[in-house]
Amino acid sequence: MGSISDVAPAREMTVRPRLARFRITRDGLSTLVFLLPFLVIFGLFAWFPILRALVMSVQDTNLVSEPTFVGLENFQRVLADPLFGIAVRNTAWFAALALVFGFPVPIILAVIMSEVRRYRGVYSALAYLPVVVPPVVSVLLWRFFYAASPTGVFNTILGWFGVGPLPWLQSAATAMPSIVIEATWAAAGSTVIIYLAALVGVRPELYDAAEVDGASIWQKIRYITLPQIRNVLFVTLILQLIATSQLFTEPLLFTGGGPANSTMTVLLLIYKYAFQNSLGGDYGMAAALSLMLAAFLALFTAGYYWLTRRWSVDS
Amino acid sequence: MSGPRRRDPDARRTSTERGILSDADWRQRRVRWAMRAVHGGTLLFLLVVGLGPILWMLKASVTPTLDTLRQPMALWPNGFDLTQFATAWDKVHIDRYLLNTVVIAVGSWIVQIGVATTAGYALSVLRPRFSGVLTGLVIATLFVPPIVLLVPLYLTVVNVPIVHWRMIDSFWAVWLPAGASALNIILIKRFFDNLPREIFEAARVDGAGPFRLFWSIVLPMSRPVVGVVSVFAVIATWKDYLWPLLVLRDPELQPLSVRLPILAPTTDLGVFIAALTISSLIPIAMFLVFQRLFLSGAGLSGAVKG
Repeated sequence: MGSISDVAPAREMTVRPRLARFRITRDGLSTLVFLLPFLVIFGLFAWFPILRALVMSVQDTNLVSEPTFVGLENFQRVLADPLFGIAVRNTAWFAALALVFGFPVPIILAVIMSEVRRYRGVYSALAYLPVVVPPVVSVLLWRFFYAASPTGVFNTILGWFGVGPLPWLQSAATAMPSIVIEATWAAAGSTVIIYLAALVGVRPELYDAAEVDGASIWQKIRYITLPQIRNVLFVTLILQLIATSQLFTEPLLFTGGGPANSTMTVLLLIYKYAFQNSLGGDYGMAAALSLMLAAFLALFTAGYYWLTRRWSVDS
Repeated sequence: MSGPRRRDPDARRTSTERGILSDADWRQRRVRWAMRAVHGGTLLFLLVVGLGPILWMLKASVTPTLDTLRQPMALWPNGFDLTQFATAWDKVHIDRYLLNTVVIAVGSWIVQIGVATTAGYALSVLRPRFSGVLTGLVIATLFVPPIVLLVPLYLTVVNVPIVHWRMIDSFWAVWLPAGASALNIILIKRFFDNLPREIFEAARVDGAGPFRLFWSIVLPMSRPVVGVVSVFAVIATWKDYLWPLLVLRDPELQPLSVRLPILAPTTDLGVFIAALTISSLIPIAMFLVFQRLFLSGAGLSGAVKG
């Protein structure tokens, strides 16, 4: 044994330089071979389009004539569009509704499910199942559920309780809440699973310690469980906001932005500028609006992060 | 050998044996009954609200259209009509669109796994001098909302720079951009970072070149993470709507997600719901088979983004 450990360092010294030289000549080339698919794909379909979005936002581009530099005109035209204000308001309204419906339900479900001792897998599977249904399928299915006639699926159920047929997608007042309910159904499962993973990570000693201090079940949830998963709650909140701001499939397929533009979202407007324009795509305006949305999301995330940091320092 | 076995009971203890409620809480009859009621109620809620719409879809797909329209909530259908599936499959050409969906999903999966494993290997194991910069550039794309890419990416696909290739109406337009997934690369690179370096050094000393090391050692060791990335790649492609809608204009090439909304107004309701059922069967079956992978992956993606 002793002799081997004496020899080993010496051998390593003779091997190392050879390895290093090997790396420069042949490994450099093979590293490039391994990087090539990644560089080509990311270059063409990630980095280049990001830069192009910046350039396009200050250009007049329509694929036919040569792009010309127009400065901030695209941004000005977006801001002057009456639909812009409507889309921003609708998207904010959607985000607020989605928060009201979609934020507390997964927390409650996850806390209850984390206490299930047997067959927890069944609960998780049931909660996650709607997530795997393709969004187009669930939207088309729910569009039928939302039929405004008294024999529509949801109106039949409401009829059992003597509530009255609701117009659902047909009215400007109820269209957006209807979309939010479907979107929450489709997305809540993945949030539940994320929270569940976070809850399992809460150290049991904390609960032991709280019990020594005589904490009740509610106090344990209030003062240990929720604060312990606060970071995850914060991150999912931000992710949820980013996701809701890019709402597209649901309003396009449910209502097409109607009735009376009540479900026209920012992303739907971008789509409209670029691809539903009878005069040919206005790609500059679409790029300008998507950059404005991205900038807002970045500012919001940074601001929220800064605020919560301050709160956690204060408390 | 005794090390992991000795640690095992502790590990299980932290994960399941104690949660918010202590054993003392559980021994109280009042708490036990309350928890049973809460759990039963939750299960009922999940069954009705979570599973309900899916069960309704299954029922309506074998119920004649008139019955579904007249009494949508009837528990037991008057008639039973399996031919709606056959009609959807043959007359509405769901078979064609299902095949397109599968081809798109498989191609995107190959591209995503190919790009992510080779890039992860290069950035984590081979580590060229500029790998830090490249990793930073990958992470940077994670912070750009996908919507920013939509229009410029579309214009790129209409006319690919340098080679001037019009990819519209070709599956490549969906397959190749799918590879530019930062999350895949970060997940795989992080996994590779945690593989024991000694094995790589040993393989190198034994004369294995970088290709051999990748194919015979790193890839076989990374089955778990490749599994997670694969499942998410397939499901994400299956769900995708906006991108294939933009780049696949030819109805012969369109996947189910693009075709279904177009078919909705002209198709008999029962047949249409049968088509919806067919479209959901493969993702649901995949979920039931790879449940563990899905659920750990969902938790994982939360952890990575966090």
